[in-house]
Amino acid sequence: MPDLAIEIENLTKEYPFGFLHLKKKTSLEGLNMQVETGEVFGFIGPNGAGKSTTIKLLMGLIFPTAGSARILGKAISDVEMHRDVGYLPEQPYFYDYLTAAELLDYFARFHDLTAADRKERVQRMLKKVGLETAQKIQLRKYSKGMLQRVGLAQAILHDPKVVILDEPMSGLDPVGRREVRDIILELKREGKTVMFSTHILSDAEMLCDRVGVIVGGRLRGVGAPGQIVDMKTQGMEILFELPGANSAPLLSKATRTGDRYRLQVAEEELYGAIEQLRGAGARILSVSQVKATLEEFFMNLVEADRAQAAAVEVSEK
Amino acid sequence: MRRAGVVALNTFREAVRDRVLYNLVFFALLMMVAAIAVGQISIGIEQIVIVSLGLSAISVIGLLISVFLGVALVSKEMDKRTLYALLAKPVRRWEFLLGKFEGLVLTLAVNTAAMALGLLLVMLYVKHSLERSDATVLVAVYFILLKLALVVALALLFSCFTTPLLAILFTAGLYIVGLYVQELRTLPLELLSPAMTVFTKWLSYLLPNFENFNVMAMAAHGRAVPGTLILQNTLYTVVYCTIVLVIASVVFSRRNLK
Repeated sequence: MPDLAIEIENLTKEYPFGFLHLKKKTSLEGLNMQVETGEVFGFIGPNGAGKSTTIKLLMGLIFPTAGSARILGKAISDVEMHRDVGYLPEQPYFYDYLTAAELLDYFARFHDLTAADRKERVQRMLKKVGLETAQKIQLRKYSKGMLQRVGLAQAILHDPKVVILDEPMSGLDPVGRREVRDIILELKREGKTVMFSTHILSDAEMLCDRVGVIVGGRLRGVGAPGQIVDMKTQGMEILFELPGANSAPLLSKATRTGDRYRLQVAEEELYGAIEQLRGAGARILSVSQVKATLEEFFMNLVEADRAQAAAVEVSEK
Repeated sequence: MRRAGVVALNTFREAVRDRVLYNLVFFALLMMVAAIAVGQISIGIEQIVIVSLGLSAISVIGLLISVFLGVALVSKEMDKRTLYALLAKPVRRWEFLLGKFEGLVLTLAVNTAAMALGLLLVMLYVKHSLERSDATVLVAVYFILLKLALVVALALLFSCFTTPLLAILFTAGLYIVGLYVQELRTLPLELLSPAMTVFTKWLSYLLPNFENFNVMAMAAHGRAVPGTLILQNTLYTVVYCTIVLVIASVVFSRRNLK
């Protein structure tokens, strides 16, 4: 059994609402999940799916209605757990009267570091996130992207074993996103465990060893991005041209882009379709496997969830 | 406790950078005007006017800072979500609260000390010399600081479970009620029902007693404040603040952040 960095068991969070707080809204429902030591784990889902709720529960910012979680074997209620964990909040905001260097020094004081060590680490982190030249400017003058970088610096300042990032790419331009991706990969090379939430699926596909897909407060799948996609292989795609005004039997099912057509068929129907197309004078340009992307998998779940919610609403009426 | 100290120093730095100490300029101007006016309009009662005005200004300015900044100590951190990154460090919620309390009390101590120095300078200007009995002014300033610490603790408690506006109202309301606790204790209790008598008695001891901190008249007339009152007020503040902060910690440690 692999070493587990994060263990989540039946984690549930309900929020009371209404005038007397008698009604309850479930943000997270019986989440069971593990993150292995040394892996990059992507937590993906649409807005309001329960990603930030899970992360806030892990960081002790909110408290579970039921269930438990452990990070590096320590209960999330144990304040000492935070010594080995770094956290970047979603859309971070920091004390705007401080400079970046002052903020990092302030946070470093909560860890048992000597003054010299603090100074060295603060400078190293500022360099790492590209804020060396802006370190003496008060944070109230920082852009959203710069605040995100400061947030990342404070999360890894104390050399934590586990780094939890809530939407780390949010608000960043392509260059900034690339830099965050590089930092995540560097953390992985250093043997750290990284868990990050995102709704940018290409980032998850590019960076993650495994992903967990959460929709409507429930975990819908966990595995390597490839594994999740493989489960949903959708068939074969034929790309062809049809010179002149020829007509072909399958043309009505094909999608036209300029002079070219794309036709999706089931794997067992591939050879028959090719023969029919060739018989009609089509020039076959390529044949490729159609794999559902993580995005399609994700969208299917979202749509299924919405359909289910609509059905419940109708039945309640 | 070391971690509470780190939070306290940052809270002090925040107050300084947010120009909270600029109120000293207002106080200085007020005292200058008072010093000039006193020389022209009052004969023989300069000390009474200057000391009363100075101590009242120290008290009112301090109260405004205590109530408004005291409530903002926690609510601002929650609204702006600066608390998220901080509580993800190895710092307990009660350490955070204690640090915020200490930081604002430190700010108030510096502010009050500066105003007290200004008051003594104006007294020196008006009277041309300071006497031993003028030390009572310093005792009165110390009592104001104790009172402000108590107000900060109450503001901190209310801001842990209600909105900033309500927290300000509750704190200000409790302060005003606390000025009349002595009257509550001296009510003709025989006119009340036995149940009300017990309730009134308990309530009078439960509410903060701010009246004990008022020695303005003694200071204005240069009368010495008994040592027992200094000790009693100091102990009262320490015990009351500790109780209020413990309750605030219990409430805040169970609070879900937004």
